[in-house]
Amino acid sequence: MRPILSAFAAGLLFGLGLVVSQMVNPAKVLAFLDVFGDWDPSLAFVMASAVAVAAFGFRFARFRGAPVLAPRFEIPMRRDLDARLVSGAVLFGAGWGLVGLCPGPALTVLPLGLWLGLWQAWVFVAAMVAGMTLFRFLPTALPTRAPVR
Amino acid sequence: MENFTPVSALAGGTLIGASAALFMLLNGRIAGISGILGGLLRPAPGDAGWRVAFLAGLLLAPIAYAAFAGRPPSIEIDNSVPLLIFGGLLVGFGTRLGSGCTSGHGVCGIARLSPRSLAATGIFMTAAITTVFVVRHVLGL
Repeated sequence: MRPILSAFAAGLLFGLGLVVSQMVNPAKVLAFLDVFGDWDPSLAFVMASAVAVAAFGFRFARFRGAPVLAPRFEIPMRRDLDARLVSGAVLFGAGWGLVGLCPGPALTVLPLGLWLGLWQAWVFVAAMVAGMTLFRFLPTALPTRAPVR
Repeated sequence: MENFTPVSALAGGTLIGASAALFMLLNGRIAGISGILGGLLRPAPGDAGWRVAFLAGLLLAPIAYAAFAGRPPSIEIDNSVPLLIFGGLLVGFGTRLGSGCTSGHGVCGIARLSPRSLAATGIFMTAAITTVFVVRHVLGL
């Protein structure tokens, strides 16, 4: 039960971070991505502070040797770049640039979609889940899941 | 630059980083949203609970924020339905193909200096900036 509660707490904290930083607002995200227009660099500060705090936490976790509520760390160990990684990142970036929503913010906006009448978020998430489902039909000649430690 | 909000950006980023750190320290996992959601589409036995719990926390966040702040966060989406569907398909398919999104690669991956995540983040940032440039300044939409 405790890993479930900690996952819930982590999700809540993550979502609050997305809301406070305004990552959930596609207009704000697109203004950040509009480097050649009226650029709003705010979201670079989100990423920088998130990476710094996470890096500190990961270092501490590694120092501990094992997670508190699980038998071992589940961390991808692959270091090679392959065509799947590159083409996946290109497709994701194009979709992110079109709408201004990436998976975390898209999900976080859903309850507001009901409340504020933002039905667009529901259309986007439905298509996103469809895209994820479509991925399963891809031939699996190449390994799709990174080996874990 | 009129809408520059560095303070809320740093505060929100710190919360996101703290979440990723907590999740690694307690559950031993990467807080990557596309992976957590994608793994739920065909979960291994006993693997669904923590995923559902994480996503439930994520969904509760805007409601908790609104309860404390007294107002909902401002959200502006002004895409047409075909564009929302096309963008959603690209994000869903692309994040699974590329094994991660802004959270898994962009935050967690860079924090642990993973070469794959550094490359993926550079590529999806470039693709997103290029897309916005083409849409706004070439097509003028």
